[in-house]
Order: sequence, then structure tokens, then C-alpha cells
Amino acid sequence: MTDKTEGGDVRLSGISKHYGTFTAVHPLDLTVPQGSFFALLGASGCGKTTTLRMIAGLEEPSTGTVHLGDREVTHLPPYKRPVNTVFQSYALFPHLSIFENIAFGLRRRGIKSVKKQVEEMLELVQLGQFAQRKPHQLSGGQQQRVAVARALINHPQVLLLDEPLGALDLKLRRQMQLELKRIQTEVGITFVHVTHDQEEAMTMADTVAVMNGGRVEQLGAPAELYENPRTTFVANFLGTSNLIEASVESAGSDVVVSASGTTLRLPATRCSTTPRAGGKLLVGVRPEKVSLVPAEEENAIAAGRNKITGRIAASSFIGVSTQFVVDSPVCAELEVYVQNIERDARLVPGAEVVLHWNPEHTFGLDAAQDMEAGIETVEESA
Amino acid sequence: MTATAAPPQAPAPAGPPVHKPSVRKRLVPYWLLLPGILWLLVFFVLPMVYQASTSVQTGSLEEGFEVTWHFRTYWDALTEYLPQFLRSLLYAGTATALCLLLGYPLAYLIAFKAGRWRGLLLVLVIAPFFTSFLIRTLAWKTILADGGPVVGALNAVGFLDVTSWLGMTEGDRVLATPLAVVCGLTYNFLPFMILPLYSSLERIDTRLHEAAGDLYARPATVFRKVTFPLSMPGVVSGTLLTFIPASGDYVNAELLGSTDTRMIGNVIQSQYLRILDYPTAAALSFILMAIVLIMVTIYIRRAGTEDLV
Repeated sequence: MTDKTEGGDVRLSGISKHYGTFTAVHPLDLTVPQGSFFALLGASGCGKTTTLRMIAGLEEPSTGTVHLGDREVTHLPPYKRPVNTVFQSYALFPHLSIFENIAFGLRRRGIKSVKKQVEEMLELVQLGQFAQRKPHQLSGGQQQRVAVARALINHPQVLLLDEPLGALDLKLRRQMQLELKRIQTEVGITFVHVTHDQEEAMTMADTVAVMNGGRVEQLGAPAELYENPRTTFVANFLGTSNLIEASVESAGSDVVVSASGTTLRLPATRCSTTPRAGGKLLVGVRPEKVSLVPAEEENAIAAGRNKITGRIAASSFIGVSTQFVVDSPVCAELEVYVQNIERDARLVPGAEVVLHWNPEHTFGLDAAQDMEAGIETVEESA
Repeated sequence: MTATAAPPQAPAPAGPPVHKPSVRKRLVPYWLLLPGILWLLVFFVLPMVYQASTSVQTGSLEEGFEVTWHFRTYWDALTEYLPQFLRSLLYAGTATALCLLLGYPLAYLIAFKAGRWRGLLLVLVIAPFFTSFLIRTLAWKTILADGGPVVGALNAVGFLDVTSWLGMTEGDRVLATPLAVVCGLTYNFLPFMILPLYSSLERIDTRLHEAAGDLYARPATVFRKVTFPLSMPGVVSGTLLTFIPASGDYVNAELLGSTDTRMIGNVIQSQYLRILDYPTAAALSFILMAIVLIMVTIYIRRAGTEDLV
């Protein structure tokens, strides 16, 4: 099943889903390459689960087609698709033992000697001694592994995971993330993982598609998405961004912008929109890219860096780093994360400070967007 | 209880008495149980004891009855009325099977497919209870009347030939045949089958159906391997709620049957109220109870519902 020549890509062409007048998924084109770990990331109600269910065959698309490799499966019922799902609630069969739960798919396909395969699968998910238990006798994490084993044993072309870690506590979730990643590497099956947890998506997936309001906002490798968000939603939903509204002074290979009298620079290549002199631009920088020095040390800052002056409004110590909120005329509530290497005793609330960062770390977004997009949704789903 | 137990032997002989809420608190469950226990004592245990003593008495109404430990009554009652016992079990069993066949699809429909009609359909299932049991059974007398449209239609499609061959009807009559009694029993106990079936089907997470479909089970296999096994608690309680009262029923056989369709309930009724042979009536009641208990125990053991969540 790991044979590349089989061409097991999942291709969604123009698929959409309407429920009455409500559009859950807008026409969407998406290709998930064979063998990749693909994450659909978004807040609840963004259409990610609906998209997954259309691949599984549990939901029929209103328009468009679903291809698995060269085969069109758009109207195939789920039991005829070479696709298996790990459900959010696990949906283990309560009346069957763990062994029978895992053997279910094999038996339905008329395979008689399931013992060896089931035992191998139980080993893979490290549940060998639980074969004869019933699902309710297992903990959440163990049930989750059974759900994965039950799907994987069928060697599907694609394994669909619908928020499989949502019900687990944080520590267990971290552990299961690593475990799923290990299993995926081991079996080499294409995984499509739906989640609202941006950290989970970034740690596990090779490619992440960020969805919002039934559309894919941006698609790419986790680092690519994080470093180069193309919309305010992505900038705010994946991690935190400081977004500054600025007007463009000049637009060459280096874009010069000004915001409340402060001049900032960024490379034109890092703008998701074409900046025009006299136009508006949203300038963004991640909090951990910014350095913080007391105002009196401003002269020590290397030339060519972007600088903003302000006053510390709040600080919170969280172990590895200290998070500062800085009020500045340029932008209220700039966030800065400073690693706790040498803590400067002068950096306390009320102190006058200068923020500075490498212009290369600045990104530019189309100013016509909602600056707050993606902020509330994070809180909602947390 | 153990967690709130008094601190380990605190030296508290002097001073104010140690606060001990536990005595009263521990009695609370028993107080709460009291009404139920009283109820059982007065309406279950006492009548049972009374009946048990009646069943081993001898005598007559004029001379009075006396406990003589005459256990022979049991043997005589059983041997004399064995056909009625067997007939009761057969009729009740057939009616239960019919209830299951009719009730399961309906309960399934209400639980999974009815959508916003669910509430209305459930009300309709219970609706017959708003009329008296007797009146409804008498209505069946009219429905199944000789030469009526129902009998005519059944005759026309050849249904009565089949039931005649099975010995359930005679000629082109339905009334006063075993078929009529079984029909009445089925009709009267159907809601007792549908409601438990519905409640156990309704509890099944429909995501399990999706999961089974996702794991290559066709719709029929999903039913056979997932839905039906998970509805077993409903099947068991539905069949018990139907079979137990149906096996002791006498109204249907009385109103819809003939002397050839007498069930054990009819025998007990006439022993009590017409022949006034109380010991035999009591003995018959106990035999019926024992038979039903044994059958139910075996059934529950075999159905193995204790494994289900």
C-alpha cells in the first residue's frame, strides 16, 4: 500500500457542501499527496470536519468530485471506499471486545484468519494485554489507540482522523501526537487529520491547510504558514502576531512604511499583497522575533533594525520566557516574548523601552482585512 | 462513609460531645426505602403468603378451609390443566414473537428515521391506552366478526387456508379460534414491546453506524452486527413485558376465543369465581408463576444482556 506508483493521492475538485441555505464548505480544490500527514486546521464550524466526511463518504458533496488515486469515489458509499476513519468520539463498538473491534473491518471483508493481524496491530498500539476487554474498561487514551488500530488494520489508502485527540488531557494528547506521528511514519499511509489545535497541527503534519468559514485560507508546511501568513486569520490563528496598521511611503525591493511617525521596513517579498506608495499595509511581526531594551540603551541597537518606542504595560513570567505587553503610540498592546537568559531588572511595568527586530522578520498583509480575524475563534475553541 | 468516619479515637470524653451526624445520615437510605418496602409487604408478600397457605388447604366453602399441607393439589392441578398451561405458553410465545416482528421495525423507524415526527409517533403508540382494555378487546370482536370485511379479505388472499392448515383457524371463521386470541394478545401487548425497544434503540449512538459503514459493513451487516446486538436489552425487556402478562392473560381468550382456546388464566379465573375451589386456583397460580420464572431465568441467562453496557 506504500507503493508510490499506485498514485494514492486524495484529490478534491470543486467540492462543496450546502445544508439548505447554509454553505458549510465553499467549492474547494485540495490535493493530499500519497503518504503525507495532512492537517485540516480551523475553529469549530469552519467546514473541516465536513470536508473530512466527504472524503470518508459519510457526507455527499453538493458539487465537485473526490478522487482517490485515479478512482472517482464521489458517490461511493463508505463501505466501498478504501478509506478508514478514526472518529472524534472513537465510536468503538461497546458490545465487542477490543480484539473484535479491531477485527471488525477484516471480518467484514471476509478475511477468516484475523488473529495474527489483530495481534500485530495490538502490538503496534501497545495494547496487547487488553485484547479481551470491553471498550468501557479502557481509559480514554487506550480507547483512542484502539480506534486507530481498528482503522489502520485495514491498510486503507487514506486514514482520516477527526479530532481524535480532542477528548484527551493535555499531557496524554502530547504523547498521542508523537505516537500517531510514529505510526504514520511506520506504516506510510496518507493521514488526513482534522483539528482545531494549531500546535497539534504544526507538530504532526507535513502540510497544514488552515480553514475559515468554509474556505481554505492558506496551505503549506507548518513553518511556512507560521513565518509567512498570508491573511490576518492565519497570522492570528497560528500563534500570535503583532499587527500594525501603516501607510506605505515607498515600495521598492524594500518597502518603507510609517505608522504614527515611526518608520518601519520590510522586504517586498514578504508582502502577501503588492504594496503601493500612499496605500495602506498591515505590518506584522511575531512576538518572539522582537527584542526589548530599556529606552536609555537605544543607541546600542544595531542600525537598520525596525524600532518602536513604548512603555511596558504588563509582564508575565512563564518560565522559559517572559511575556511583555507594550503600549506604544504606533500600536496598543504589542506583545513581546523574551527568553529568560539574562533577565534585565529594568524591564518592569511602567518602564520606557525600545522594541527592535530584523526587518526580514516582518511580514506585510492586505490592509483591507479584519485585523482581529482568528483571534476570538482561538478562545472559542480552547 | 469510610472517608467521613470519625477521626481515629480522638480523646474526647470531656467537653461537648463529638459531632456525630453519621448515625442519622446512615439511616436516611432506609427511611427512603421504607415506602417501597411497605408497599411490597402489603401488596406482594402478604398476598403471596395468603395464597400459598390457600394452596395447601382443603375443605369447602360451606365447612370452611383449613391448612392441611395438602400438596397433592399441585400435582392434580398440573396434570388436569396441562393442556391449558401449554396452550397459554404457546399463545403467549406466538404473540410475543409477533409483537417483536411488528414492533421492532416500528421502534427502529421512530428511533432513527422519524425526525421531528418522533414525538407524535410515540404518542400514537401509547394512544390506545386512553381507552379501556376491555373496550378495545371487544372492538376486535367486531373487527374479526364472521362475514366481516377483515375475514373476507383474509379469506380472499388465502390467508385463512394457511392458518387453517396450521390449526389456528377453522373454515372461514376467525373469531373463537386460536388466531383471534393470538391477535388480541398481540394487539394488546404491542406497546409494551415497542416502548422498551424504542428506548434501547434510541440510546444507540448513530456514530456507531457510521463507524461500521466506514469499516466495510453493508447496511444489512450494520444492523446484524451492531444495531441488533446493541438493542438486546430492549428485546429482552420487551419480550418479558409481553410474554409474562400474556401468559397469564384471560381477557383475550374469554372475549375472542372459545372453550377450545381456554388459557390457564381462564381456568384460574373460573376456579376462583365460579367453582370456588380456592386451593386449586391458588396452586395453579403458583405453578404458572414457577413456570414463567424458570423460563425467564433461562432466557435471560442465554440472552446474556449483562455484558451490554
